[in-house]
Amino acid sequence: MARYGRVITMLDVPATAEPAFPGTVDDKPSRATASHLRRLEAESIHILRETAAEFRKPVMLYSIGKDSSVLLHLAMKAFHPGRPPFPMLHVDTTWKFREMIAFRDMRARELGLDLIVHTNNDGLSQGIDPFTHGSARYTDVMKTQALRQALDLHGFDAAIGGARRDEEKSRAKERIFSHRSAAHRWDPKNQRPELWSLYNTMLAPGESMRVFPLSNWTELDVWDYILLEDIPIVPLYLAAPRPVVERDGALIMVDDERMPLRSNEEPRWRSVRFRTLGCYPLTGATTSTAATLPEIVREMMASRTSERQGRMIDRDSPASMERKKAEGYF
Amino acid sequence: MSYHEAPAIAASDAPRLDQDDRPTLRFVTCGSVDDGKSTLVGRLLYDSKTLLDDQLDALASESRTVGTTGGDLDFALLVDGLQAEREQGITIDVAYRFFATPLRRFIVADTPGHAQYTRNMATGASNADLAVVLVDARKGVISQTRRHSHILSLLGVRHVVLAVNKMDLIGFDGGRFAAITAEYLTLAGQLGISQVQCIPVVAPDGDNIVAASTRMPWYSGPTVTAYLESVDVSGDISQRPFRLPVQWVNRPHADFRGFCGRIASGTIRAGDAVAVQPSGRQTQVARILTPGGERDRAAAGESVTLTLTDEIDVSRGDVLTAGSTPQISDQLAAHLVWFDDQAMVASRRYVLKCGTASIGAVITSLEHRISIDTMAQESGTTLDANQIGQVHLRLDRPLVFEAYRDDRDMGSFILIDPISHRTAAAGMIDLSLSRATNIHRHRLAVDKSVRARLKQQRPCVLWFTGFSGAGKSTIADLVDRRLAELGRHAALLDGDNLRHGINRDLGFSSAERMENVRRVAEIAALFVDAGMIALVALISPFRSERALARQRVETNEFIEIHVATPLAECERRDPKGLYRKARAGELTGFTGIDDPYEAPQAPEISIDTSELSSEAACERIIRYLRDNHYL
Repeated sequence: MARYGRVITMLDVPATAEPAFPGTVDDKPSRATASHLRRLEAESIHILRETAAEFRKPVMLYSIGKDSSVLLHLAMKAFHPGRPPFPMLHVDTTWKFREMIAFRDMRARELGLDLIVHTNNDGLSQGIDPFTHGSARYTDVMKTQALRQALDLHGFDAAIGGARRDEEKSRAKERIFSHRSAAHRWDPKNQRPELWSLYNTMLAPGESMRVFPLSNWTELDVWDYILLEDIPIVPLYLAAPRPVVERDGALIMVDDERMPLRSNEEPRWRSVRFRTLGCYPLTGATTSTAATLPEIVREMMASRTSERQGRMIDRDSPASMERKKAEGYF
Repeated sequence: MSYHEAPAIAASDAPRLDQDDRPTLRFVTCGSVDDGKSTLVGRLLYDSKTLLDDQLDALASESRTVGTTGGDLDFALLVDGLQAEREQGITIDVAYRFFATPLRRFIVADTPGHAQYTRNMATGASNADLAVVLVDARKGVISQTRRHSHILSLLGVRHVVLAVNKMDLIGFDGGRFAAITAEYLTLAGQLGISQVQCIPVVAPDGDNIVAASTRMPWYSGPTVTAYLESVDVSGDISQRPFRLPVQWVNRPHADFRGFCGRIASGTIRAGDAVAVQPSGRQTQVARILTPGGERDRAAAGESVTLTLTDEIDVSRGDVLTAGSTPQISDQLAAHLVWFDDQAMVASRRYVLKCGTASIGAVITSLEHRISIDTMAQESGTTLDANQIGQVHLRLDRPLVFEAYRDDRDMGSFILIDPISHRTAAAGMIDLSLSRATNIHRHRLAVDKSVRARLKQQRPCVLWFTGFSGAGKSTIADLVDRRLAELGRHAALLDGDNLRHGINRDLGFSSAERMENVRRVAEIAALFVDAGMIALVALISPFRSERALARQRVETNEFIEIHVATPLAECERRDPKGLYRKARAGELTGFTGIDDPYEAPQAPEISIDTSELSSEAACERIIRYLRDNHYL
């Protein structure tokens, strides 16, 4: 368990004179004119730089998913040839897919990231898990509370996250710079008006800001951009044979021996992939044969379901995302 | 019709690469409560096949349980995503939604109609190219229609679709539609809204939304979707002179110094001559770095990093310009939409944020208020929440800007209340009230660095903040003496002493306290310019004012020293007997007793004199100055 709560710092990248921009597109002229994506990119970079300039101690939430991958890529660009002037924070519930953790550590090494990994050790010692305690309680303890602990522990006053407005109805209502009280609470009825590209970043002691540079991106934009810029993603997004069981209408991948199987369940190998990645017991896979990025984009175009359909935690109760957000969930 | 069979205007068959270059139209929907805005937006999402099966399933089930349409699909539930909105069946806050047709992408800001949430409507309009104004066919043009249209015109939205909704409830009466249209066109004319398209619709049923209605054969104009797809809203900001508000100075190592920001207007090429405003210094662009790599040209809207050929002073809040000189002034006339529940009061201090500059500002006068119903100018002294007026502003230092009608990015600002931190108002600059445009700061032959070299020290401000009786002046006095012994040149600005001289005219109201701090910050900055170490001992209770003082000098020239002696200990010492008076009610507005103190969040030095003697505190400060190469 030594892995948890440890701070990994790897600042030493090989000293080249000036590294090229990540994902330079000059060799792909056919897609280099994707002006829609370039507009989104310019806006997100503006938001990232504004956060770095206006806050005392910002941090970027890195959840290893596709949105995080895009966010990280944008941060590398925004401060090139310098480094992003803030650390990355991963809130590790200990129930992430193993491939996610391996990918996280690989990216941190490659990019020389200043990565903080935080786990709610209280929850861990109480043995909170998604099976015995239910997804709602588990999410509260291991994600929401863990995040609040980490932000308090390090005194971060701004936390950058990859949430998008097209994900969910209450997200569509959220500001790009979203104010949180000293108790990390979001008050959806009392948000700061946000005009033009002018962001009110003033905070009282203990208050903080959640910042969402990808607010105006859609799921398809994210995939298009990953394709355009060749951004590395966790292989779980690509179809491959994986051991799954069908449970409550979702395909759950059995990622390790900790998952208790019900009497009628036997893991079967099926070709699946994930549209969204969270904790493995709470993230449903979809049947798919899309094993490359262009295939994924094509599959997305034809899809008739939303990405959050695979998220068990959205279905705890009506307006559950709004309630979780009000309590400090991202 | 089953809800899975929406009319097909989806783009799923279009080739991908073409799609990427479909232009994006940003629009806002507005209108009064219950005019059907959310329903219209929901319908657009539905008809464009943006909604997916699981979302439609959820909508169908929610329509049955919390809907207001008797079991039919309640499209408003698609956008009213907050619990309180569903409970009350109204829109409280802006929702941003995305959809696309084969010709265009759309970002729609669905805004509340309730007068109480007008600020949210202005929020949605600030980034919109076009507005869909809804009216209820039964009610026609009402006060809220006027209010919203006025805000649209102030915010520079020149294109309006007037959607006359609920035509079914007036028997599809073409005469009534024509009367409403005529009334609105008169209003639009008064407001300078140049392009208006009026369309009769039934939002829940989709009449004239995507498909032409068969129930209103007398109407031959475009549907809402057809109009949104074809309207030309281009106004090419890249044709204007080059303006780049500097957002971030990127200095990863000694050999690279880049200036980051999003180009507000114009284009720039490597080798172009640029000026740094407001200083007016001239230089040239050496390189242009963009997210796609190094390029020789960049245009409005792009986030770039520029390097310059000369090592000149540029920091956040400055503007890089080419072509004509922008306006530069510390006196402005501007229109405000007041947001805050606390009314606007002339002479109160606010923080004005324009582009990347944050500057202290005072509203010197309210020129007039504007009546929403008659558009007439009224006299008055305050603005309440949701009111609009023209004001004069005086700023702590000159702002680089353009008139809002010429350039949205360079002419817009927000006012922030420095105490509550609420966004108090949105502002649009009309013009400069002074002739400072051509007055540049006089550049002196002997500058700070020359003086600092003479004195063999790095000038800085040592800003002591803390409660009355915390020990600020005592420690500052000791530090001053130690510096003198070391042969350094310092000056001590003590709050009490200054109130006998330069600040003699100031009392203790929050506005006067702020002015007190502002003057001291200015004097400290002058001492720094003169190469001196300025010691300031001042309660300075508000973080925002200390931040302004910090901004007045360069990075690393401001050392905040929090004399963090606990209030109880200060009160026990009570060296001037002030706490006793405050407790007895003879003194009001006393920091720590009935006025707040905002402790520094990240002071360079923190000292608690209940644990550390003044002498030890002094040595700690001297050590800090040595360790950080000030001495």
